[in-house]
Amino acid sequence: MTKAITPHELDAVPEVTRLATGERGGVSGARSEADYSPDPKELRDDQVDGPELTARLAKTWGTQKGLIGALSTVDHKVIGRRYIITALFFLFLGGLSAVAMRLQLARPESSLIGPDLYNQLFTMHGTTMMFLFGVPIGEAFAVYLVPLMVGTRNIAFPRLNAFSYYVYLFGGLMIWLAFMLNIGPDVGWFAYVPLSGPEFSPGKRADIWAQMITFTEVAGISVAISVIVTVFKLRAPGMTLDRIPLFVWAELINSFVIIFAMPAVVTASALLLMDRLVGTHIFNPAEGGDALLYQHLFWFFGHPEVYIIFLPATGWVSAIVVTFARRQAFGYIALVLSLIATGFLSFGLWVHHMFTTGLPQLGASFFTASSMLIAIPNGIQIFCWIATLWDGRPVFRTPLLFVIGFFFIFVAGGLSGIMLASVPLDAQVHDTFFVVAHFHYVLIGGNVFPLIGAIYYWFPKFTGRMMNERLGKWHFGLAFIGFNVAFFPMHITGLMGMPRRVYTYLPEMGWGNLNMISTIGAAVFFGSFLLFLYNIVTSARRGPLAGPNPWNAGTLEWASASPPMPQNFDRIPIVTNREPLWAHRDSLPVAAGLSVENREQIVSTVTAGRADLRESTPEPSIWPFLSAVAITILFVGSMFTPWALVWGTPPLALALIGWFWPKAGTEDER
Amino acid sequence: MKRAFSILLLSLPLAGCQGWQSALDAQGPSAQALAEMFWIFVAVLGIVWVLTMTALLLALRRRRPADADPLSTDPGTERRMTITVSVAVALTLVTVIALTGLSYAAQKVLFSHKDGALTLLVTGQQWWWKITYENEQPNLVFTTANEIHIPVGKPVLIKLESADVIHSFWVPNLTGKMDAIPGRQNQLQIQADRPGIYRAQCAEFCGLQHAHMGMLVVAEPKEDFERWRNHQVSSAIPPNDPERQRGMEVFLSKPCIMCHQVRGTDAGGKVAPDLTHVGSRRYIGAGTLETTRGNIAAWIIDPHGIKPGVNMPTIQLEPDEVQPLASYLEGLK
Amino acid sequence: MTKASFQPQDSEELLPHRIVLNVRSMPSYAYGHRSPIWWGTVAFAAAEGMGFAMAIGVYFYLVFINGNWPLSAPPPDLFWPSLFTVVLLVSAWPNARAKRDGEQENLSATRRNLVIMSLAGIVLLVIRIMEFNGLHVRWDQNAYGSAVWLLLGLHTLHLLTDLGDTVVLTVLMFTRHGHGKRFSDVGDNAFYWYFVVASWLPIYLILYWFPRWW
Ligand code: HEA
Ligand code: HEA
Ligand code: HEC
Ligand code: CUA
Ligand SMILES: [Cu+2]
Repeated sequence: MTKAITPHELDAVPEVTRLATGERGGVSGARSEADYSPDPKELRDDQVDGPELTARLAKTWGTQKGLIGALSTVDHKVIGRRYIITALFFLFLGGLSAVAMRLQLARPESSLIGPDLYNQLFTMHGTTMMFLFGVPIGEAFAVYLVPLMVGTRNIAFPRLNAFSYYVYLFGGLMIWLAFMLNIGPDVGWFAYVPLSGPEFSPGKRADIWAQMITFTEVAGISVAISVIVTVFKLRAPGMTLDRIPLFVWAELINSFVIIFAMPAVVTASALLLMDRLVGTHIFNPAEGGDALLYQHLFWFFGHPEVYIIFLPATGWVSAIVVTFARRQAFGYIALVLSLIATGFLSFGLWVHHMFTTGLPQLGASFFTASSMLIAIPNGIQIFCWIATLWDGRPVFRTPLLFVIGFFFIFVAGGLSGIMLASVPLDAQVHDTFFVVAHFHYVLIGGNVFPLIGAIYYWFPKFTGRMMNERLGKWHFGLAFIGFNVAFFPMHITGLMGMPRRVYTYLPEMGWGNLNMISTIGAAVFFGSFLLFLYNIVTSARRGPLAGPNPWNAGTLEWASASPPMPQNFDRIPIVTNREPLWAHRDSLPVAAGLSVENREQIVSTVTAGRADLRESTPEPSIWPFLSAVAITILFVGSMFTPWALVWGTPPLALALIGWFWPKAGTEDER
Repeated sequence: MKRAFSILLLSLPLAGCQGWQSALDAQGPSAQALAEMFWIFVAVLGIVWVLTMTALLLALRRRRPADADPLSTDPGTERRMTITVSVAVALTLVTVIALTGLSYAAQKVLFSHKDGALTLLVTGQQWWWKITYENEQPNLVFTTANEIHIPVGKPVLIKLESADVIHSFWVPNLTGKMDAIPGRQNQLQIQADRPGIYRAQCAEFCGLQHAHMGMLVVAEPKEDFERWRNHQVSSAIPPNDPERQRGMEVFLSKPCIMCHQVRGTDAGGKVAPDLTHVGSRRYIGAGTLETTRGNIAAWIIDPHGIKPGVNMPTIQLEPDEVQPLASYLEGLK
Repeated sequence: MTKASFQPQDSEELLPHRIVLNVRSMPSYAYGHRSPIWWGTVAFAAAEGMGFAMAIGVYFYLVFINGNWPLSAPPPDLFWPSLFTVVLLVSAWPNARAKRDGEQENLSATRRNLVIMSLAGIVLLVIRIMEFNGLHVRWDQNAYGSAVWLLLGLHTLHLLTDLGDTVVLTVLMFTRHGHGKRFSDVGDNAFYWYFVVASWLPIYLILYWFPRWW
């Protein structure tokens, strides 16, 4: 099956001129242990082959059995799977709270749910959907798929990655536990001051909201950094910048947006906590502070946030469109550039959420212009995808159906966004159900529909089994109809004067019928998810087995087994084309020479993707989990007393030292 | 075509509704301008949507042979698609520039304030509106709550402030909304072209009873307005029938007076709605209940049953005190 | 793969391998931008730098809103922060040595440099405490006080983290782990110290000089 390497064979791959840098480690001229030739006794993957190689690598890279093993794992697939399931679980909880709200709003003066519970419900719904589902689901897919797609064995900083997962999980559990104890936050998903400040929200509710932000931020930024470094440094040799899969590009840009946007919301929430807990006056107009400052900080994050939710979805759409159009992407460069443009532009729009706060008119209209301008990169993407389908041979399987649904819904939502971007129009519809309609069209159209498509698409990779196609088509039909019945009428209720975040309304307002229709639609939509859940559960157990590449797709994740072995690939692939599996149909060019007994992977150069180092990546460790526990105690404690920062730090410091303290000579990570 | 269709679609639910709080039922010049611009946006963007979806549906035909290599591309097709996409992007640019221009022009007209015939200071509070009619003549200055009267055809300047958290003042039939933010003052101009009653509602989430923070704007001919104003500036007329006199005694002997004001009596509280002419207002509880004697009684007995969390305590009253009190308040026309 | 077959193919095997590159003799670690950790450190510094930018933005926003500044308090004392700045700038020199000696994998020099850096950190921390005493404003006095404590607190947090990191690394270097990739950690730790230094300079100007000029 494999042949030994001869120098001539490098030339046998004409697309590649140089795959490796040939540079030495350390600083030139200095003596360095980095240069040592590998231990001759250590087994390397050019010495074994076939099932034996697979088995040995699986042992090296595998996850230990038992609880400790499960909590110590650093396998990006295991963590990624947990991440995805957790995010979907929060989607479910968010969906449940939505259904409760819809039941209450179905009729005027309904007494099902009182104002206190309703306020908690929409706060939990918005917060969960944005922070515990929307952001994490994109990152979760990155954690699972990016290492596979760039052809490496693990994510960069796998322990940091495991740590982020636990922090995210604990943050989500904390806020939902608080909700069950009836101290759930009740100030909306953006918690404007002064309503959320010390004077008007006594008690712990707003603190819990603000501290949840800290959890998500720590997790979000850490994962983003792991993803960036994975894409920069761990790409398979030969994967130059213009051979990076579009999904990976989307996740990369997304990670950059996260790094630059999240600090703003942390500033906002930290200052809110300080105002509440230690008596600072940043947002207190009576003492020289300002309430609008909070809104600026929040939306400076908040607008990029909505693209943080949308960008990964463009990656799913790109992957699905290419595979099911049976044609390589049209306008690859244009697609990548519009991702980058979206990323940049998203930082220049935040004021469009504050058009009615009385800011100077000229300044406000600048944000009208920038908001409308973002239609350009979004349009380019839409047009390029349509062109790809145009020149392709579309195969109408469930993933593609959901992407078609995405087109219909997302474009409608984007266009209503263009209406909101107009200062005078927004003065009418701001804070009404028209806005609620807009953002569900873009969020569900732009994230949830592609997500469902992505789950149908990658399910065979995750589980080794296919999902049921017939149920899938039913699911799509119900979801598409249910969604539009639920959310289209909201445009009209909004224009008819219904503000958002009202727990009830008078019969004489005349909003009753439309709200009833919305509720019925929401029920259908929810029902479609139950069908989905059923499909997932039954297919995972009884679905037909899938081979490594059931869709005949072109990217590298399909070159691994379904589900992938712990080592992902027995040997690191060499990339010569954007769609490697379409370019190499009979055999996969690979690199050999890595250790079979140690967790080694190839580190490559940033732009050219030349192999540069064979660095070992960390072994499993329980310390990231313990650090997450310690940091949770610190965060939760600090809501009750600032002294928690003092007594909570030593355990955290200890856990971190345990984490970074090297065990053996070869095994290292900061 | 698209527009006709949307109107058809909209007329279904609109048919049975009064539209007294609707952005599509414009009753003033600025709401009118906004509604027109809204329909232009709907038409233009509707066409964009239809075109894009048509392109998508056409793209779903199978053009390639079944055995085509997915990596193969035809230079001719590629060039044609590049041109088409570029044209579409250029058109997008033109469209958004046009829409931005339109929006900016409308914005300049809408937010340029004419000399107001009237200036009101509206203060948002959890969860009601305090309204002060300003005037150079001090004897025409007065305070009321939850109901604004304006003369038809005259621009009215509204100054917006907040006593606690952020609220938002919104009369959709007359114009777009504006926030009331603590520590700041915002301004807004409204004008009604036809007499009528328009409903306003707080649009910024402001806590437990954000849903019940409504207000009425009554637009009436100038003479009616003047008559109303002259009545509002006057103090309450002392009651002359025994039941209402008893009600007044109850009122003045209870904690009511710590919060409420009734001009002409000892009740001088400033933290709650001015009740001097509460009986003349159409609703109590910030648009929650119609003003009837029964509703006033119900409100006084159990404000938290009607508006949970409201900033008015339940006051212990003897059973025989409620009716007189309610008729007293109802009589404060 | 001539026809687009979309049926599940459970019999399909993984593609056979064709070795075209052998990485046996590649080094197992390197310094600077060749190493993933370096990129991780840069990315963290970028995120934290953004945090500093936000805090500075808050400060100037409040200046803008209020007009007069500082609010009902004299500007803070200059002595301790200026001393702090000098010591911090001077510490850049042993820090540069630490990085260079680390990359040359000179164990004894690295140990010496790290001890110096740990001591420098502790001295700076002591000066910082004095600095807090000379602010003439409490965090809960008014928005000015809050903003000042915010900026100074944020920087102190970074000082503390890097100090902790340096101390742990110093101890490590005196154990049997002081070899190989640890040297590259020394470089990254030095890099982070530069970040602490660089982020201080604007804060120093803003907190101590800006109120005098305004
Ligand atoms: C996935 C999430 C997502 C996405 C992608 C968007 C995309 C856009 N959004 Fe939306 N938005 C939200 C999520 C999102 N939004 C949320 C959650 C809120 C509410 C937050 C809250 O208050 O709770 C919100 C609120 C919101 C507001 C504030 C409303 C208010 O509170 O009053 C505004 C105002 O400008 C706005 C505008 C836009 C614009 C211009 C786009 C553009 O990016 C859309 C661009 C896309 C297209 C235009 C379609 C494709 C393009 C073509 C087919 C080309 C042809 C087009 C033309 C010729 C125009 N959004
Ligand atoms: C991604 C984000 C997202 C999503 C998906 C949704 C989904 C839904 N949302 Fe909303 N929503 C928001 C984000 C989102 N929402 C935000 C940010 C707000 C503003 C909050 C605020 O004002 O603070 C809001 C507010 C909001 C309101 C306004 C409340 C108010 O202002 O008073 C309403 C009212 O109808 C509503 C309804 C719904 C409904 C019916 C759904 C339905 O689509 C729900 C359907 C159900 C599900 C999607 C879950 C089903 C899942 C399963 C059954 C499990 C499946 C399991 C596996 C796949 C393993 N949402
Ligand atoms: C602690 C202060 C307080 C006391 C005491 C109090 N009220 Fe009130 N009252 C309020 C507030 C605040 C409102 C506005 C509530 C709202 O609509 O949100 C109000 C509203 C009302 C209204 C409706 C006014 C309108 O225009 O909407 C009436 C009538 C009223 N109170 C009568 C009474 C009577 C009678 C008493 C004594 C038995 C009383 N109040 C005692 C605070 C008080
Ligand atoms: Cu006041 Cu909402
Ligand atoms: Cu936005």
